Amino acid sequence: MMMLEPQVRNRKVKLHDMCLRDGMHSMRHQITLEQMSNIAAGLDEAGVPFLQVTHGDGLGGSSLNYGRGLHTDQEYITAVAKTVKNATISVLLVPGIGTLDELRMAADCGAGCVHVASHCTEADVTEQHIGLGRELGLDTVGFLMMAHMVSPEHLFEQALLMESYGAQTVYCVDSAGYMLPDDVTARISGLRAVLAAETEIGFHAHHNLGMGVANSLAAVAAGACRIDGSAAGLGAGAGNTPLELFAAVSERLGIETGVDLFKLMDVAEDRVLPIMPQPPRADRDSITLGYAGVYSTFLYQAKDAEKKYGVPARDILLELARKKMIGGQEDMIEDTALSMVKERA
Amino acid sequence: MEKVKCAIIGSGNIGTDLLYKLRRSEVLEPVWMVGIEPDSEGLQRARGLGLKTTPDGVDGIVPHVVEDEVQIAFDATSAYAHAENSRKLNRLGVLVIDLTPAAIGPLCVPPVNLAKLSGQQTMNVNMVTCAGQATIPMVAAVSEIQEVEYAEIIATVASKSIGMGTRKNIDEFTRTTSAAVAQVGGAAKGKAIVVVNPAEPPLMMRDTVYCETVEEPDRAAITASVHKMIAAVQQYVPGYNLKNGPTFEGRKVSIFLEVEGLGDFLPKYAGNLDIMTAAALRTAEMFAKDIQAGKFKLEQVRENA
Repeated sequence: MMMLEPQVRNRKVKLHDMCLRDGMHSMRHQITLEQMSNIAAGLDEAGVPFLQVTHGDGLGGSSLNYGRGLHTDQEYITAVAKTVKNATISVLLVPGIGTLDELRMAADCGAGCVHVASHCTEADVTEQHIGLGRELGLDTVGFLMMAHMVSPEHLFEQALLMESYGAQTVYCVDSAGYMLPDDVTARISGLRAVLAAETEIGFHAHHNLGMGVANSLAAVAAGACRIDGSAAGLGAGAGNTPLELFAAVSERLGIETGVDLFKLMDVAEDRVLPIMPQPPRADRDSITLGYAGVYSTFLYQAKDAEKKYGVPARDILLELARKKMIGGQEDMIEDTALSMVKERA
Repeated sequence: MEKVKCAIIGSGNIGTDLLYKLRRSEVLEPVWMVGIEPDSEGLQRARGLGLKTTPDGVDGIVPHVVEDEVQIAFDATSAYAHAENSRKLNRLGVLVIDLTPAAIGPLCVPPVNLAKLSGQQTMNVNMVTCAGQATIPMVAAVSEIQEVEYAEIIATVASKSIGMGTRKNIDEFTRTTSAAVAQVGGAAKGKAIVVVNPAEPPLMMRDTVYCETVEEPDRAAITASVHKMIAAVQQYVPGYNLKNGPTFEGRKVSIFLEVEGLGDFLPKYAGNLDIMTAAALRTAEMFAKDIQAGKFKLEQVRENA
């Protein structure tokens, strides 16, 4: 078995912070403009090259289904664009939730990168959006979510579709925090083999089984050069891979991220941690997300449903997994709880 | 009375499901199916059922429209193709029922506003989207009782039930449904979200409707209105079911629906196809009866030179 360090030493990896987008889920989309600007400025000074800024569910995500944002995406992106000097601001766009006009708006406000996301089997709904990303001159990324739910081979087919539409980077996304390192290696190494040499590969982890850092290292070893994480781990479920943790480990292993580790640690501790009602933790319910393979954002409404209807969140999440619910289906959380109440009556 | 002859443009899931329904109609007779792929399964199937077919798109049927007395055409292609298709067919005096999200003609959700369209002499009618057909009746049921500030719908469909036409125009799908939720549903503002789920066995179509009323919701009146509207939809989509709700949280009314299809073409999970084609059929039958009764005189639409 090959040692990890020789596989990753001297690799160049671009860190992509998610605490101002994925972190919006943990904050129920209520991050203030001041907090956004403050955190973005700190991350930029620490040398983080990409910062994602959007409602947790991407452009157009502000809704009753996912929760209303305290501010509009336009306001958030504009505020951060004023603050950062070097970092590229990225946005998330999920066809079916956000629209092409919203992407145009984001580009106008200063976004330089877009993650066009779909469920890992539905890449062909992203053609219009990836096309527009390229037209607008954005760093255009295809983002395949819930990637644990399909075989590696099927994932490769979907990635090739996104590449054919113009995606310059393709991500394998572990939205449920379900994967273990071997699952990651199988997917990333296969993607590296089938995609064009100039197409970059990214990996986005959730820390629900405590595997964010390990999985991200496996991804780098297998050929990923973009790693998503969040300062202080602020993200859905038990959070994303804590960026400062990954940066520290990267330094030890000789992975070149270009970030100032101590500055990044300070941002996490002094600017991000204080805004959280509680730090992300692998509690009973978020472990269940990773254990059963449920979309990480379902955590919050499952906990709400437990309070409202008395059905344990873990039971609701297990039922959602059994029903094979995927990203975006928050409405099914309350529906499932209501049905369970009827059944248990 | 002689049936009104019609053509189906688009040989995919929606076009084929529509064909099976048209064959049962007492006022409509399908005579042509139009596709763009020579080896289309849909065209082959249509030929087997006795229809004339062409793989050359609408251009392939244009020379035959008048001779074959085609008076109504259903466009089940995609938003991108629709404007051209409609222009060519309207020129020949054909009424076009638009099943794409192009929405260039007035929007129609039968239990809400079909009757209003009779007598308007409109040559193009848009059926919104499957998500719109499934949810707008519920929005209307609430807005009939009280002013709705905002309505939001989430439609979840099985991956197998969505063809390439829909996938290539998800953006138009989202925007057209959002606009119709407000315009036809009667909300001041509307939003639509669509999720495509690949689960096996395929999931039955699910639709969630959230309405925010301006004043405190009248629970009893709204609940009664919702049940009445469900019964109205069940007249033409028997599998339209209330799964949970209506529930009330502050000014938010939540309605959870499931739509089971008849299983004409795709199996019953594809309720989304069924509600769309059933609505289109119902709309076309009303216009066909108007044509038969001499109430609707189809006119050849010429654009300005």
